[in-house]
Amino acid sequence: MTAVRKRQIALVGGLLLVIEFLCRVGLVHKTTLAPPSVMLATLADEFASGRILPDLGETLICILASTIIATIGGFVVGLVLNSFPRLRDAVRPILASYYSIPIFAFYPALAAILGLGIAPIIITAVLNSIVGMIIATEDALDRFPRVLVKLARTHRFTWWQQALHLQLPAMLPNLLGGVKLVVAYSFIGVIGSEFLMAAIGVGYQISYSYNEFNVPRMYGLMLLVVILVALANLLLNVPERRFASRAMGRRGE
Amino acid sequence: MTSLRQHLQRRRLADFFILLLALVVVWQIASWLVGDEIVVSPAETIAQIGVLYRRPTFWGHFDATLLAFAYAASITIVLGLGLGISLGISRAAYDTCEPLLMALASLPKVTLYPVILMFFGVGFSAKVVFGVLHGVVPITLFTMNAVRNMPAIYARVARLHRLSARDRVLHMLIPAVLPEIFSGLRLGLSVTLLGVVLGEMFASTRGLGSMLMGAIGLADFRTVAAVTFMLIVLATLLSSVMLWLDRRLHHGAK
Repeated sequence: MTAVRKRQIALVGGLLLVIEFLCRVGLVHKTTLAPPSVMLATLADEFASGRILPDLGETLICILASTIIATIGGFVVGLVLNSFPRLRDAVRPILASYYSIPIFAFYPALAAILGLGIAPIIITAVLNSIVGMIIATEDALDRFPRVLVKLARTHRFTWWQQALHLQLPAMLPNLLGGVKLVVAYSFIGVIGSEFLMAAIGVGYQISYSYNEFNVPRMYGLMLLVVILVALANLLLNVPERRFASRAMGRRGE
Repeated sequence: MTSLRQHLQRRRLADFFILLLALVVVWQIASWLVGDEIVVSPAETIAQIGVLYRRPTFWGHFDATLLAFAYAASITIVLGLGLGISLGISRAAYDTCEPLLMALASLPKVTLYPVILMFFGVGFSAKVVFGVLHGVVPITLFTMNAVRNMPAIYARVARLHRLSARDRVLHMLIPAVLPEIFSGLRLGLSVTLLGVVLGEMFASTRGLGSMLMGAIGLADFRTVAAVTFMLIVLATLLSSVMLWLDRRLHHGAK
């Protein structure tokens, strides 16, 4: 284990211990914050009884759908924008201020039009996450080295060969950064929408527990969200680290 | 040369307005297709803003949002810069905290709203805290990265001149990292505004966000459209001003 990992564990563990202590001593009231050990126990119970599984499944399906749609959609929009420089210049100021637009404000209207199901949730999550992919695609295309195009010409690559063997591998690290953003914003979009208004889902269960004054369950489910986000980050970091080490190796040669 | 650049600039501006016009047309068509009661047409949205504008309670809501944003923005800037600089200076602190902060950034903060309510109650402080919660992580991350990526030679020059810690921060660190930090502020303050509005939607009885929720509750889609439109314009204005400042700073740095 690296020193960094050890320090991270010490930091998070220390923080949890402090919270546990504050709750147990009674400095923070039971109705305000549940001790971490109780959160974990409630969460374990949710899984053991299988109560949360349908909600978790629904949430994960929505996140997956949003991630796929936003990744492909963002990539295509990025490609199209890049082929029309004038359009791209015109769209740029809108993209730059996109994140300050309260996307969640559209969700209730969407739910009113489409009904309370997974469609408005997925649309909100896609709207929330697609711009990250558009920007990453444009970045990746901008950074594509001109010399590789020349290389392809000297080797008489076909268009298909060039796309598959040169462009895609060269762009992959950048695109992966975009996918990471898409996953993060899809999480925010899906769980946020479920929390606001839904009939099922982890976000909905959090708001339900809150309205029922079931504080331990509410915190237990929040812990579940934190764990899910951490797992997703961990998974997406694996290929990124591989790219980074490959790039380093190439530089070393 | 200048005339060519002017021509290009003018063309870019024209393109931008054509795009805006196209968006309005799409909005109008959507309104025709879905029905005017749900997707309110552009003209009626503007008309409704006029109606709200004359309503005496409107300015109270408007002021409440701006005031909460001013508080949240000040706290976010001080907290984000302080955290970012102190975590960025030390390599160990940076390596330890950067991945944790990244994970924190991708957390759906809406779900934290019950926690905020339990600690701060419904009202002004809850929405300020909500805004700070949204904005502080991106600003900290940008600042940390800016400090970390500062050329090592600057530190060596500072040591050569035997600068005190205070002078080192004031005369070396801040000027060197300002453009980068400003990019972080631009993003951070945009999400701070977003956080304040979200906070108002659920944890307040005043402000544009609570007005929006009230209108949704009454199924008053005209007001929903009008308030959403105003929020978008407000957010875009804030972001455009910051973007303009950002460009100037980066230009000055080169």
